[in-house]
Amino acid sequence: MLSIVEIDYGTPAPRTVEQVSLQIDGMSVRVPSGTSVLRAAALAGINIPKLCATDMLDAFGSCRLCLVEIAGRKGYPASCTTPVEDGMQVTTQSKKLADLRRGVMELYISDHPLDCLTCPANGHCELQDMAGVVGLREVRYGYDGANHVYPEMKIEKPGQGSPVRDSGDPGRSHGHTANPLFAGRDESNPYFTFDPSKCIVCSRCVRACEEVQGTFALTIQGRGFESKVAASQDQSFLDSECVSCGACVQACPTATLSEKSLIAHGQAEHSVVTTCAYCGVGCSFRAEMQGEQIVRMVPNKDGHANHGHSCVKGRFAIGYATHPERITKPMLRAKISDPWRIVSWDEAIAHVASEFRRLQATYGRDSIGGITSSRCSNEETYLVQKLVRAAFGNNNTDTCARVCHSPTGYGLKSTLGESAGTQDFDSIESTDVMLVIGANPTDAHPVFASAMKRRLRAGARLIVVDPRRIDLVRSTHVQADYHLKLRPGTNVAVLNTLAHVIVSEGLVDEAFVAARCEKDAFEQWRAFVADPRHSPEAMQAETGVPAALVRGAARLYASGGNGAIYYGLGVTEHSQGSTAVMAIANLAMATGNIGREGVGVNPLRGQNNVQGSCDMGSFPHEFPGYRHVGDDAVRAQFERAWGVPLLAEPGLRIPNMFEAALDGEFKGLYIEGEDIVQSDPNTRHVTAALSAMECVVVQDLFLCETAKYAHVFLPGSSFLEKDGTFTNAERRISPVRKVMQPPGGHADWEITQLIANAMGYPMHYRHPSEIMDEIAALTPTFAGVSFARIDRLGSIQWPCNEQHPEGTPVMHVDTFVRGKGRFLRTEYVPTSERVNGKHPLLLTTGRILSQYNVGAQTRRTANSTWHAEDVLEIHPHDAEERGIVDGDWVGVESRAGDTVLHARVSERMQPGVVYTTFHFPESGANVITTENSDWATNCPEYKVTAVQVTRVTQPSEWQQRHETFSKRQRALVDDDAYIQPG
Amino acid sequence: MNAHVDHLVTMANDIAHFFAVESDRVKAADSVAQHLRQFWDPRMRRRILAHLTAGGAGLEPLAAAGVRRLAELDHVTAA
Repeated sequence: MLSIVEIDYGTPAPRTVEQVSLQIDGMSVRVPSGTSVLRAAALAGINIPKLCATDMLDAFGSCRLCLVEIAGRKGYPASCTTPVEDGMQVTTQSKKLADLRRGVMELYISDHPLDCLTCPANGHCELQDMAGVVGLREVRYGYDGANHVYPEMKIEKPGQGSPVRDSGDPGRSHGHTANPLFAGRDESNPYFTFDPSKCIVCSRCVRACEEVQGTFALTIQGRGFESKVAASQDQSFLDSECVSCGACVQACPTATLSEKSLIAHGQAEHSVVTTCAYCGVGCSFRAEMQGEQIVRMVPNKDGHANHGHSCVKGRFAIGYATHPERITKPMLRAKISDPWRIVSWDEAIAHVASEFRRLQATYGRDSIGGITSSRCSNEETYLVQKLVRAAFGNNNTDTCARVCHSPTGYGLKSTLGESAGTQDFDSIESTDVMLVIGANPTDAHPVFASAMKRRLRAGARLIVVDPRRIDLVRSTHVQADYHLKLRPGTNVAVLNTLAHVIVSEGLVDEAFVAARCEKDAFEQWRAFVADPRHSPEAMQAETGVPAALVRGAARLYASGGNGAIYYGLGVTEHSQGSTAVMAIANLAMATGNIGREGVGVNPLRGQNNVQGSCDMGSFPHEFPGYRHVGDDAVRAQFERAWGVPLLAEPGLRIPNMFEAALDGEFKGLYIEGEDIVQSDPNTRHVTAALSAMECVVVQDLFLCETAKYAHVFLPGSSFLEKDGTFTNAERRISPVRKVMQPPGGHADWEITQLIANAMGYPMHYRHPSEIMDEIAALTPTFAGVSFARIDRLGSIQWPCNEQHPEGTPVMHVDTFVRGKGRFLRTEYVPTSERVNGKHPLLLTTGRILSQYNVGAQTRRTANSTWHAEDVLEIHPHDAEERGIVDGDWVGVESRAGDTVLHARVSERMQPGVVYTTFHFPESGANVITTENSDWATNCPEYKVTAVQVTRVTQPSEWQQRHETFSKRQRALVDDDAYIQPG
Repeated sequence: MNAHVDHLVTMANDIAHFFAVESDRVKAADSVAQHLRQFWDPRMRRRILAHLTAGGAGLEPLAAAGVRRLAELDHVTAA
């Protein structure tokens, strides 16, 4: 079912500029050429009846309801498949058209149940609407005979004509037989039902799965009256290839595919536009509501990042906000072995302030700090870094981007001059060659992956650089031209070999480089990568990638038209993460693939507000807008605005805070929304550091792993319970809007403000829009941003200022932000994490579609249906060598620690490499990862850990201790602290 | 001496590895020093300076040169 508020124009808007004039029902209409007659009419306010058409899908022309008359043409063409022409005269209503449409509807209704009053779609059913529009008053064919509606039919007796339908009442089944065309309801998917008895076989679901999602899980099976929608090989939805994105549910014009939440609650009565709190795509949604009850989340067709599409997380996985484990009361305790004591907000805030001031008085001003999550809004992260800099009086502020994309900030700032991706997502529609490196978009950025696949189906070429055979390498109607299956840890080496081919084979865009880049730096780089030691042949033993593949891929990227690079954490989370980002920027500059549509360097951010949290000055060395704290002029600006002197020295990064804590110098930490115990590497090191602190304050929704080591718990708010903004991977600032009250009583920004005031630093914001106004006043790239402008435009891509009042989709168009682009030499330095006799395999970690980050949100939803535990993927050869079969318990041991997981034997892996996710705390994935980190930013080297894998029979010692510890910690929470059933 | 100085030594060496591509050793050492100054908390800088003063065990030559250059640039004192 479509959104309750959106207008459906029937067919998509064409991408043309030329205008065409025509007459529809005597009304002059002017629309872009390529517009369908159906859409042109809808734009003019004339609603031609339709069923199989929707503006999310290409015209199909099957339902025959949208027939029109066109002067000078024979017959009654379908308006959805008929493009407008200059001077065309269209009639949408006539006696003949009415008769035809009524006849069509009569046939539809003759095979559709008449349970409208109890149907979930009642009130927004397109079939019901069309029956009304065409004036259907009777169904002459009755409901006898072959049908898909009723489970049983009367047995036909000779000479008595057609079979007579049965009421379906089991008590009256005598003399009846099972209806071979009837199929029962499929309730296998946890979020939606499929009721074939209501299906009109319009193919909208099938087309949505193909055109919008690109999975091709659905099909029309059979011919004629036997046609029916089937998932995969006529399997249940859950067992099929369906990825539960919900595009089919949204496209369905009847209640055949319905959200279970809609069935449970009924139709929504109002709708609020907000932004998803999951990955860095930042999809826009309409939260469709009954009061404060969410009925369903519908992706916003006007959403600039997602254009009406979504994934299983954003559309469905929102139940965590009201999960019984949600804590809604502030709590204190002196020691982590003590029971939590529920306290008032006043007592909790006063305690935090007095403890932090005590620690500073005892151990020094720099003994405390604060960190945020990328799940926090821009306004929240801005406020926390302000709290740290202005109220704490130090620069010990950091954000979880430290452990994911901090190398992007450093690498892109050093080369291009700005710590952000260069394009908007729509740029991909002009891309000819995609180079995807260290990213798995179908799992981690699924909505953008659908856009990628759409472009690939239209003919774009694909290069994948990844140790694993990710789904994008080969899936329905998508096949990579090159898959460079490199060894983990050799990104820089592979990127250098690609550069070597480009330089040595004369593929450099010399004109671009001469006009746009620093000459000396380029010449140094050219000489550096031209060195034979960087040739694919010289490096293939190290990288594991055959030289011919590298040469082919380099030629394709450099000369295949618009080349765009998309990369993810498989690039950044390495000891040379920053170097790899620079090497990527070098490739783009050398080939002139930057500064226009279709090209660029595009980091795919893991979490929804990674870009924003970095923009907001969360890093210890820079103010909002990426300006160093040592810059006297910038610092003076902030000192004037904030009314206090500020430090000119960088503070501690998250891993540095841990070291300082273990040194006894760092004693207090304010953590908003981040679960460092689960997400940061070397878990035992993290928990030892937290245990060495005297006041750990956790502001969260749940008793997360970090909260088990906390002394103060402040109940936070979900994205549904506050106003603010998120900034996605394409620099797009989008609105987050409150649809319900925070059960804890305060939005997160209010809690930070309470702490600041209690510590004697005044903050008096009345609304997050005032925080954004302050950000805009102090940050040149945000100068034109305000809540009012975001609401007017829907979203804004920064920079937004006087020169770009409506934002900037593509950066570095005429000149780089830093002036001339700077090539940097990127020497490959092998990681110190090498395999050896004791640890002969390399472990790399990542994400899966249905779960998100530490899983705090998705684990508390039915998404665990698809992924109930983290498993270890291992190549059949490595498994066989160790006597491991699918499903075995296997111990995974590194020099940092060991854990136990179930094995999944998979040819997606290359021999010598194993893989796991980190969505479940009990998996202990980060018990194994080490303290190795990126040389420039300390981003952890999650992607390379040398391990041994063996068959075992029980959980690891750490897991057993963790289970006992977690059980004890949960027992220390009073039942009254949890959310009360509403 | 601090128990965690080894980690700082590793970090300094890693930084030096990136800048080692610069053949002009003075420039390379200056780049290492600038990086330390821009991104390391003063306590960490003081600690690595103190470690260098105490002999700089584990610091590779360019990293040591960078830390020496840091001492010239920086106003923090070894502790």
